[in-house]
Amino acid sequence: MIALDANAIAGDLIEVLGVDLAAEICACAHCGASGFFAEAVVYTRAPGRVARCRNCGEVLAVLVTIRGITCVDLLGIAEP
Amino acid sequence: MERTAVHRRLTWQFARVVEGVTETARTKSIALDAADWPGHLAGQHVDVRLTADDGYQAQRSYSIASAPEDEHLVITVQRLDDGEVSPYLTETLVPGDELELRGPIGGYFVWQEALGGPVLLIAGGAGVVPLRAILRHHRAIASEVPVRLLYSARTRADLIYRAELEDYDTVITLTDEHPEEWNGRTGRIEPNLLAETAWAPAERPLVYVCGPTGFVEAVADALVTFGHSPDRIRTERFGPT
Repeated sequence: MIALDANAIAGDLIEVLGVDLAAEICACAHCGASGFFAEAVVYTRAPGRVARCRNCGEVLAVLVTIRGITCVDLLGIAEP
Repeated sequence: MERTAVHRRLTWQFARVVEGVTETARTKSIALDAADWPGHLAGQHVDVRLTADDGYQAQRSYSIASAPEDEHLVITVQRLDDGEVSPYLTETLVPGDELELRGPIGGYFVWQEALGGPVLLIAGGAGVVPLRAILRHHRAIASEVPVRLLYSARTRADLIYRAELEDYDTVITLTDEHPEEWNGRTGRIEPNLLAETAWAPAERPLVYVCGPTGFVEAVADALVTFGHSPDRIRTERFGPT
């Protein structure tokens, strides 16, 4: 499966969060690597869309859209 | 009472197709008239949503090809033969039709003059689209920041905006064709080509790389190998989704 980056989910994140998370510097809660969230590795063909840390591969965020409602879980993002 | 900037909620709006321009056999530029368009920054993208008669919706992101100063909002779409959205946009849509979009999106892969330069734009295939917006913006504001485009395409027939790009400081390299009469380069963008055509790392160019995922990874790696600082490199990847 071809991975994209978090530019691909920036629109849904703005819609849900009201801020452009992709343009923010975030840290990975697993390995501590920090960088623009836009650089996260994003898989869009899973049941949900999954953003993973470019450094360690752990999950940073999951987005699931069902019947027009998008749920965002920022489970792996720490403050930089 | 002081007020901070109010965030405009990102909402879907209809835009009317003004014109379609065939760029290559697989790509088409679509000029749109969006009444409620709030303006954009060079490098941003829009989400486009199609709704079928049965209510099924498909949504894709497309880079904006026009400068903020241009009259119309323009997206350039590459047709994927098995795509859900791109064949409709490139083959069925005609002037007068309406398209649902939201944007602009993306505060990361953008260039504004305050960011300075020199600015090195590196495109693989249709990755040239947002970089063309940056070039047009740069010219529209008569910026004196040095800017150069390295553009990798498979063949001459795959070059998008070919005539327009001749007006800019552009280095084109072809990966799948080695024409006899060709004043550009051939082969992939790798450290040797960067050494010959890009600013030295010591000049700290601001680098924008856009293209298919494999292209962006390879170029970003080559840039870092050549000595460019990762924090001066901004990337945007696209692929069939």
